[in-house]
Formats: sequence, C-alpha cells, structure tokens
Amino acid sequence: MTTPITPADEPMAKLPPAELIHLTPDVFTVHFWDAAREHRLVVPRCTSCGTYRFPPSAFCFVCRTQDVEYVEQSGRGTLYSYTVAWHPLLPDVSESVPYIPAVVELPDTGGVRLIANLVDVRPSEVRIGMDLELVWRDVHDDVTVPTFRPA
Amino acid sequence: MSLKDKAAVVGVGATQYYKRGQSVPQTPLEMAGKAMLAALDDAGLAVDDVDGLALYSFGLGGDTSLFAQTMGIPEVRFTAMLTGGGGGAAGSVGLAAAAIDSGMATTVVSLMTLQQAVSRFGTSYAPRGKPGAQYSASPSPEKDFASPAGLMGPGQMFAVLAMRHMHLYGTQREHFAEVAISQRENAIKRETSLMQVPLTLDDYFNARLIAEPLCLFDFCLECDGAVAVVTTTLDRAQDLRQPPVKVTASAHGGHGRWGQAITWMNMPDEYFVSSGHRPVAQRLWDMAGMTEADVDVALLYDHFSPMVIMQLEDYGFCPIGEGGRFVADGNIRYGTGSIPVNTHGGNLSEAYIIGMTHVKEAVEQLRGTAVNQVADAEVALVTGGPASIPTSSLLLTR
Repeated sequence: MTTPITPADEPMAKLPPAELIHLTPDVFTVHFWDAAREHRLVVPRCTSCGTYRFPPSAFCFVCRTQDVEYVEQSGRGTLYSYTVAWHPLLPDVSESVPYIPAVVELPDTGGVRLIANLVDVRPSEVRIGMDLELVWRDVHDDVTVPTFRPA
Repeated sequence: MSLKDKAAVVGVGATQYYKRGQSVPQTPLEMAGKAMLAALDDAGLAVDDVDGLALYSFGLGGDTSLFAQTMGIPEVRFTAMLTGGGGGAAGSVGLAAAAIDSGMATTVVSLMTLQQAVSRFGTSYAPRGKPGAQYSASPSPEKDFASPAGLMGPGQMFAVLAMRHMHLYGTQREHFAEVAISQRENAIKRETSLMQVPLTLDDYFNARLIAEPLCLFDFCLECDGAVAVVTTTLDRAQDLRQPPVKVTASAHGGHGRWGQAITWMNMPDEYFVSSGHRPVAQRLWDMAGMTEADVDVALLYDHFSPMVIMQLEDYGFCPIGEGGRFVADGNIRYGTGSIPVNTHGGNLSEAYIIGMTHVKEAVEQLRGTAVNQVADAEVALVTGGPASIPTSSLLLTR
C-alpha cells in the first residue's frame, strides 16, 4: 500500500472547474448523457449476447450485434484505481487541486468501469477496493456527470 | 518467412536536444531535415539514396509530400506511418525493414521531430479551456467519459496504472525512484543530456507530487529536437561507413481490447496493470528465436518511470508483479546490473524525442561506440511507448 504524501492540513478532494466540462455526444453516447441529466446511470447491454459495453458504441465487441438495451445501475461501485491530481496541469485548475480522478467498477456489469471524481473524501483516506456510491454532479443546465463518494 | 535479419540500420543522426520551445526559430521540418542529413552522413549515404519513409506519430514535422519536395528526394517508393502515437517508435524501424524485405524500397528513413513551443504533450488531453488557451485536445464522444474527471495528461493516466500496480504487488515509490536515479546516473556522463546533475533519493522525495503516486522525477522531460534512423538492405549495409546493425525482429500492435488503454480504462483486468506490450513481446521473441536472456542492453520507453517496471515484467526480465523489487535489487544499473536499462539516460534524463533516442542508443551500443558502453553488447532491445495500440518493439543485433 502506498503511503501518500499529504499536507498536514490535508484538504478534502475538490473538483475540476465546471467551465472546463463540455460534452460532445454522438448517436451512441447521447442516451447515457440524457439519462445522467435525469440522474439515472445507465449502461448499454447487448440484446443478443448480454455483454455490457462501455463507453456506448456501435457494436458489441463480442458478437458484433448493434442493438442494445440500457440497463439502469444501482449507483454502487468499487474503487478500481485512482490518482490524486496535486499539481494543476493548467492555470484553469489551479484553484481545483487536489482532485481525484478515479476508475470505478460497476457491479454485475462484467467489469464496466467509469472514470469519475471522488468527492467527500480526503486523499489519504482513499483505498483501492473501497465501496463507493454515486453522487450526481449537475455541471451546467444541460450537463450532469457522475461522481462517487465512500459508501 | 519473416523480416528477420533482412535489413540493417546503417545510420543514425540527431539535432541538438533542447528544452521545450528552445529550438525556435528552427521549424520542425528544418530539424527533421537536419537529423536526416546527419543520419545519412553517418551511414555514408546521400539524399539521392533515400527511397522510403517509415514513420510513426507524424514525426516528419510535416507531411511526406512537403518533406520530399523540400529535401529533393529523387523518388518516394514507400511512405507509411504506424497508427497511434509514441507506441510506434521502435516499430517504425520494423516498418522500414518490412518495406525493404518486401522489395518496395531499399533505403528507408525513420524520423521523429518534436517541437513543443505551442502545445505540450503533458496536457494533450486537456479541454480547450478559456478562449485563446493553447491546449491540444479536440473533443470526441469517447473523451467525454474521461476529461470531465480532469484527466488531462498522460502522466495522470499512467499514475492510475501505477497506483494499482502498488496495490496489487506492493510496489513502492522507492522503486520508481530507482528507475529515475539510475537513468540520471547514465545521463550525466553524456554531453548530449539535458540533465547533468545527479539525482538523489532525497531530491526525489522532496519533489512535488504531480499525479499521485508520481512526482516530478517520474515524468519524462519536455523537449524539442529530431532524431533520424536509416535502414537499408543487409547486402548494401556491408559496404557502408558503419558496421551494420541487423534488424533481427520487430513487432507492433497489441490486444484489441487494450485499445485506447489509458484514455478509456476498460482494458481487461488480466492485463490492466501492464505496459500493453505482452503480445508484442511474445511475437518479437518468436521472430528472433531469442528470449530476454539473450538481451545485453534494454532501451525501454520511459515516459513515466513505473512503465519501465511494467515493461521489464512484460518482456520477461522478471515475473509479473516483481518489477519493483527487481529494480530495487540493482538489476537495471549500468555496469553492475543484470540488464542495463536506458544507458543513454532515456526520456527521463537525456532527452524526450518520443523514443527515437532509444533506437539511436541501441545502434551505438551494438557498434561499440556508446558513451556508457555495455561490454561486448550483441543484442539490444528497443521498445516503443506503452500507450494505446499499437505498442511496438525492435530487436537489433550486431
């Protein structure tokens, strides 16, 4: 297990600024983002062989079927891995560090993973394998993204 | 049938290496031309001999059309580029060998030119930000699933792999430090290196964390410059200025579901924590009829120090998961280790020209002219960047 180097007055994890977040959905991904605006987490599943695929895309990578059904998720997840962004790579995020980009595995999906920020946690408290729960972040009027906090 | 030992590297050349932006007012195409001329001179060849270009990641500083008209290449008979980015570095020389073996061309130049005066690879996935900001990401439906979380640069993404390697295998930051420190030791003996001061463990642990667990010294340098490599038929190579360095094997590609790798993070669990090189390594050894035990010096693409450790595992120098302890035991040190790694200092401490310096160093090792010469080096392994597919590798022999 890593020993994180954290300041004595360790801050809570922050979030990247809303003004940097813009989406460019296509015909395959728009359903995910439309559902997110309604605070529903959906993952496409192949109607032929049942394989989940993510991000949403044109073909099942197992049987090449195109049709999918969108399966609503519980919002539970497990932390697969993460990093703590301590250094702002851009001036635009200088007030937003530290923030935590995480890879979150969704249960019962064959291992689908979302990339999302962790919230309500200090960096030194984060542990791979920890149970997480979904918290929607309403970024703009028309953009909502998933984040996760310790369950 | 394969391209084994059908072609040879006969010339290598480079511009000076610069810190990011300092090559201005030279243009990228100008630097590419200078590097090619240097490599041709090294080989005892001229532009009139060149009939092919085998590339990766847009390394010409322009398109082949502009480069050929500017440099006056008499006839282009082969021009192709591996898809992807720095993963194709070593593979571009394999592509040259394939062109030669197929008969489509006889003397092929591989080239990488880099100038980061405007955009920086370190923020290559950053969103556009405020109007006028110079970041390099163009939006895409796939990036929508990564960039809102603030994953803006390759270093942050590879940090996610490194973190899980630590979790699964007990790898420590001290192990990453050993990669950085050993390569710095190699770099400071070379005039060409941008980093000339030794790196201590204290320096390492006092450095700012950028993307935990990675600190400043786990990141490669940000540079400008160009490096060119000339490959020709083995027959022709016998009569040139330098002893031929044979292309004994090369492979590129990877598991399809490795895919976009660090920008999608949905690679299968069995090889999520890897360099993506495992199938490429297997094909390399199969083509060569060799194993890692035959390698005298390894030039492993080092954009981030943990990926050197994962490549040592994926090429079989140590078992999967043991890479951290393998380097901590001194195995990659020049002069004393069981497999000297990045004797030129690598991307971390000599210069970052997207991996082409590794090919140059391998060639110099096999000629016996390297600054940090491995005694009697006969077999050199070169790898391209752990990245989205393709990754690639190259086995050169004396």
